[in-house]
Formats: sequence, structure tokens, C-alpha cells
Amino acid sequence: MNTNKEALQVSALCNGTVIDHIPADKLFEVVNILDIPSMTTNVTIGYNLKSRKLGTKGLIKVADKFFTDEEVNRISLVAPNVVLNTIRDYQVVEKREVKMPEKITGIVKCPNPKCVTNNEPMTTIFEVASKENGTIKCHYCEKETSIEKITLL
Amino acid sequence: MKNKSLVSINDLSREKILSLLETAGKFEENPNRRLLEGKVIGSLFFEPSTRTRLSFETAANRLGARVIGFSDAATSSASKGETLKDTIMMVSNYADLIVMRHHLEGAARYASEISPCPVINAGDGANQHPSQTMLDLYSILKTQGTLENLHIHLVGDLKYGRTVHSLLFAMRHFNPTFHFISPEELHMPEEYRVFCRKNNIPFTETTEFNESIIANADILYMTRVQRERFSDLMEYEKVKNCYRLTNAMLAGSKPNLRILHPLPRINEIAYDVDDNPKAYYFQQAQNGLYVREALICDVLGIEVE
Repeated sequence: MNTNKEALQVSALCNGTVIDHIPADKLFEVVNILDIPSMTTNVTIGYNLKSRKLGTKGLIKVADKFFTDEEVNRISLVAPNVVLNTIRDYQVVEKREVKMPEKITGIVKCPNPKCVTNNEPMTTIFEVASKENGTIKCHYCEKETSIEKITLL
Repeated sequence: MKNKSLVSINDLSREKILSLLETAGKFEENPNRRLLEGKVIGSLFFEPSTRTRLSFETAANRLGARVIGFSDAATSSASKGETLKDTIMMVSNYADLIVMRHHLEGAARYASEISPCPVINAGDGANQHPSQTMLDLYSILKTQGTLENLHIHLVGDLKYGRTVHSLLFAMRHFNPTFHFISPEELHMPEEYRVFCRKNNIPFTETTEFNESIIANADILYMTRVQRERFSDLMEYEKVKNCYRLTNAMLAGSKPNLRILHPLPRINEIAYDVDDNPKAYYFQQAQNGLYVREALICDVLGIEVE
């Protein structure tokens, strides 16, 4: 029983989604991207949990919530190696990896101060410029930027 | 809201570019065609640009359209804090087409997405100025008889010069060889060199500007080296006269060479070049009229016979 308790760092979930392998320092960004503060269902957030792969990791369990691909892929901007487990009746029924979306709407701030998106009340749009180099391009000012350097809105 | 706006030269295919240039040729034969009788064109210059504005407004007038608008944001509601969106929505109630110049990059793209009527970008900050690129292409085609397989020498400010970047992008369809001639501080940015490699466009780079460097040029595209681009004014003083074209330098140049410049020039082309038949910058500016007539008709879906 004891070993079992240690292994289970957070309690099990009946139905919902477990987002695992979030780098600890990216946890709260992921929380914001998924708009978790506005959710009304039971949410467990694990921070600085032990991880063999990452050292420390973050983990989010959301009861009775199943994310769409679009919602999930937004996470890829800050944490590209996250794994999503869909849970039904305490069983993992699906494991999903996140993919970088082709179009990123309303999450990333354009680093160009002369870009219209930084000066007008409007939504930013980025398109993936190069998956290999990890660069995205502003749909409006056409400037490219590295994903590692982005600021979220 | 999808309409036929012209925002960026990068949106135009090879075929589209060639067909627009052909239409511009028809306007050169006869610029006065009242194809836009009864139409109203909104000319919104949030940033002053006398040359571009007069060219567009002349094009509109020669097509028989009426022009409304402003030539400076200080005389528009933008000075009262009105957003770009509100100004565009208001003007699109009145006009059949909006021609706009704005200091913010991406402003024209945004306007084209919210406006019910088409938008032509007449320059959005350092980003795009497609009618300039089209008139550059028209000038090249007219003087060389082709856009294919040309040696194009770009001289001066290759770092901030939006006209040279757009020309580079547009020429990718026509198998050019580029020669970049600029001071160290104003080198062609890496992303454009990457672009050339990706598209198999050969290019050379040098800081030297002399007679032998330009001997194989078909097109010599001069730009202004701007003082405000230099953090070290000593550097500016050193290089400002190194990229100056004089008539003597043209002695060994090819007979078909033509010299282009987006204007205004300051001192980068000596006045003694003006009388050389290879100087083409004033006709180049004139070609802007025909090209803009063609662009206006195209976005409004008007056939030109």
C-alpha cells in the first residue's frame, strides 16, 4: 500500500484529461494557454513533481474535460513534448502528442514594435515559417521570429 | 471578407505579375481611359508620401475616378485617437477602393481583411510597397525586353531598403543573378540570403563599388544610404561617398545597362549621370503611373482592352 501511495503523486481521475510531462518551468504558461482559471470542474495541478525524463515536471488533471486538437496544439508553442492522456472510467483510452499548429491565433505577441498588431485592438495571427528551424511568421508585418524567443499575450 | 486587395508582392504569382505588366503596357500607349467613371477612390495617406500619392491620384484621375482622402494623418481622425479599423470602415462606406499608406507594418493586410471594398497597399512602414516593385519590374521589362536571366546589381542600403527586398522576392520567378554592393553595416540581411539559396538564386556580395564591379550589370539599382541608419556617424562619413555613381564609372558598362533608383536621390547618383542614356530613374517614376492604373483596374475587376 505504501509504495502505491508514493507512486501515485496525485489522485486518480475518473473521466477527463491528464496532461503530463510538462517542463516544470512551463507549467503555469500551459495553465494559462488552456484557460484553466476559467474552468469550473475539478482541476488538480502538480508542480515540481519528480520525473525520470525531465528531473522535475508539471502535471495537470482536468475532470470531465476533453480538449480539441486546436486547444491542445496551442500548448506546443511552450511545451512541445507534452503528452495528453484521455481518461474514461479510470482507464487511459487515448494518448496524444501535441503538434505545432499551422496557424496560431491570438496567443503570441509580435516582437516587432512597429507591427500593426501591437498598435491596434486586434488579434495576432502567426503562420509556421519553418518547422525545422522553429520559426513562425507574423501574418501582418511578415517578420519571422524564433519560437524560443516568443512572448505570450 | 475576401476581396481582390493588393497587399504584398509576395501574394502575386509569376503569371499574375506578367499579366499586370502587360496591362500597364496598354496604359502606356494610352493613359487616358475613362474606365472608372462614377467610381470614388479613397486615398488614405496616414503618413505623407508626395510621390506615391500623386502617382496614385493621377492614375485615378486619368481613369476618370473621383478621389477623396487625406495626405497626412494629422488632418484625419487618427489624430483624435480613432483606430485604423474605424477609419477604414468609415471610408469604405463612401469609396469603391482604398489606396493606403501607413507607418505601421501589416496595416494594409489588416485593412484588407476588415474592409468590404478592396485595398491597395501604398506602403506599410518598412514592410511592403507592391506598386513600387511592380513599376521596378515594368522598368526592367521595358528596358531589357525580358525579365529572365538578368544580372541585377543592388547598391547602397540593402539592410533597410524595402524596395530591394521586394524586388528580390519578385524576381525569384525569373532566374536572376544578384550582386549585393553595400557597406558592412547595411549588408543584405541573412533571411534574404537564405531566401536566395533556397530558391537557387546565385548572388555575390562585396563592399567595393567601382567600374569593374558593374561591368557585367544589366540593371544597376541604386538606393540612398541614409544617415539616420548609422549608429556611428564617423562610419557614415567614411562610406557615404563610396556608393556614389558617376558618369565616368559607366564607361565600360554594357550597352543595355539601365540605372534605376526608387527616388528621392540625394548624392548617390552624380548629376552628370542624368544625361547618360543609361539613366532611367525619371522614366522609371513615370512608369509608376501606368502600373498603378493597371493595379487599380485589376483590384476592381475591370478588363482593359
